[in-house]
Amino acid sequence: MSVLTETKLNTFLSKLNLDINTNAQKEALQALENLDFPTTRDEYYKYTRLNKIANADLTVGHETHHYPAIKDVLVSKQFVVIENGVFRADVSSFALSEVAVNIETISEFSETTAKKDDLFQLLNIAGNHQTVFITIPEDTQWDEKVQVIFINTEKDIITNTHLVIETGKGAEGHVITNFISTADGPSFSNHFTEVQVAENAHIKLDKIQTGDGWYVATENVQQAANSSFKINTITLKGDIVRNNLNIEVGGENCETFLNGAVLTKNNQLVDNHTFVNHLVSNCMSDENYKYVLDGKSTGVFNGRVIVQQDAQKINAYQQNGNVLLSDFAKINSKPELEIYADDVKCSHGSTTGQLDDDALFYLQTRGISKQKARNILVSAFAGEVFDAIEDQKLADYVNGVLHKEFGWTN
Amino acid sequence: MSKTLLNVKNLHAEIEDKAILKGLNLIVNAGEVHAIMGPNGAGKSTLASVLSGRDGYEVTEGSIDFDGTNLLDLDPDERAKEGLFLAFQYPVEIPGVSNINFLRTALNEIREYRKEEPVSAKEFMSMVRERSEIVELDAKLASRSVNVGFSGGEKKRNEIFQMAMLEPKLSILDETDSGLDIDALRIVAAGVNKLKTSNNAVVLITHYQRLLDYIVPDFVHVLADGKIVKTGGKELALELEEKGYDWLTK
Repeated sequence: MSVLTETKLNTFLSKLNLDINTNAQKEALQALENLDFPTTRDEYYKYTRLNKIANADLTVGHETHHYPAIKDVLVSKQFVVIENGVFRADVSSFALSEVAVNIETISEFSETTAKKDDLFQLLNIAGNHQTVFITIPEDTQWDEKVQVIFINTEKDIITNTHLVIETGKGAEGHVITNFISTADGPSFSNHFTEVQVAENAHIKLDKIQTGDGWYVATENVQQAANSSFKINTITLKGDIVRNNLNIEVGGENCETFLNGAVLTKNNQLVDNHTFVNHLVSNCMSDENYKYVLDGKSTGVFNGRVIVQQDAQKINAYQQNGNVLLSDFAKINSKPELEIYADDVKCSHGSTTGQLDDDALFYLQTRGISKQKARNILVSAFAGEVFDAIEDQKLADYVNGVLHKEFGWTN
Repeated sequence: MSKTLLNVKNLHAEIEDKAILKGLNLIVNAGEVHAIMGPNGAGKSTLASVLSGRDGYEVTEGSIDFDGTNLLDLDPDERAKEGLFLAFQYPVEIPGVSNINFLRTALNEIREYRKEEPVSAKEFMSMVRERSEIVELDAKLASRSVNVGFSGGEKKRNEIFQMAMLEPKLSILDETDSGLDIDALRIVAAGVNKLKTSNNAVVLITHYQRLLDYIVPDFVHVLADGKIVKTGGKELALELEEKGYDWLTK
């Protein structure tokens, strides 16, 4: 008989009272016994305190019988709604004749790419009962985007939502994910996306975070040869947001694009940890994250790129630009490049500054108010990341949030 | 007598506790061109900065009346909306902000302030076409990021293009001639002359007489040690060219 030591995680889990049925859940829960919540002594959580989440009294979320407030965020005819972690078939709308979307239960842990040393991935598997599978068959191009809306409508709940995007060879598709909240207090969304990009497949993923509350979101992406993967991560709200984007490029001639925009105010904390692992030769990755931080908010960017020993002729670019709008906002930016091959082109850059006073004054002398001049300069700074949003309706939605929250549009 | 646009009385201003302007008086009426000349460090650029409302300059004494409004009460954008324009000695490069879009924003803010209708896209584009020709500014430059990748001459022409678009009552041209070759100088000067009417006025701040061959001033003022020490007609500029400033400042 094993003796359980009283860890924060144990206390947290016992309060949740998870409903454990499948082998996958059992295996995940067992692996969790060896772990605890990361602290700021852990290198990858140095600037990100999770105490608020760890100490919160949370329960497992349930769906309501109300129609959730998804109207503003809807941009596609093919959409899935997950409310408080539960699939809402009655308010979702997708035609199985056009898209292959299925809600299933993961039975074995080995069906996932979840890592046994990652608390949030394990917690997700242990707490998840419904996984959204989006499967784009071989040589199929989906013109209509598939949208998955994760909405939390109640406070003090945890949602372990799980999305799997699978592709056949030569498949092309675009998935839009939205994370929103109408709850009148914080809830904890612990989301997990797995993307498997097959040979010659081309996948685009938008991840739009515009909800209050606490978010940990992990993407495990695997790319096979001649594939491309493009992700836009846009974070405009959230009290604590931690994104873990892990991309493993396992086939040659791949292209990978990682775009990110973070806009914050008040006491927000937004942390993007990205990891591109180049296992093989002849690939390109291009990463660009921009942060605009106001109030007493904190931004964290950790961009890890590994070029493995046998991965020659890799072009890996990384850029992180930050603008601090207030004297109290903070950014912690860390590029982390590990290059073991000798014939590669890698670059990284990190810049942090304030808005250019001379440019502000120049615009003002032309009759533009100070606030509008600031907005023009912020928009000019972050615009290229927002320009990467290809879906016009989604861009309009994002512009609406930008206007409401920050007073400008792209 | 024509209307007084600018009335500067006994202006004292300092930057970081260092007095720069020490009792400057200046009256500019509609329809006039004034040149303010003077040695380096006399306070010429400080005058431009104080008039346009740049941060960091403290007015410790005196007043500035601009067409009936107390200029010192206004923010820089409000001064522009009241009809003041500053052509910068060093126009600022603003990556990512299109010259055209920002000008349209500016024009509409000014119109809104004056309770006028916003400019339509069509009307605006025809204004751009017509007024970029005044300074022979390539229409392609007009749509690029503000001053980014512009040559020195193009930046100065862009300043005058903006002046043409915004139709100010009073324009202050701060060392607009600096760094210009003779052809660019001629184009810029011709542009300023074309924009001159009996209702507006121009203050040229310059170090050299050269510009005044092309834009003929009604008054030439010598600014030295924070004050206007001599005022004359256009012939004063020639005298200064010949004798320098020493005879006035000793």
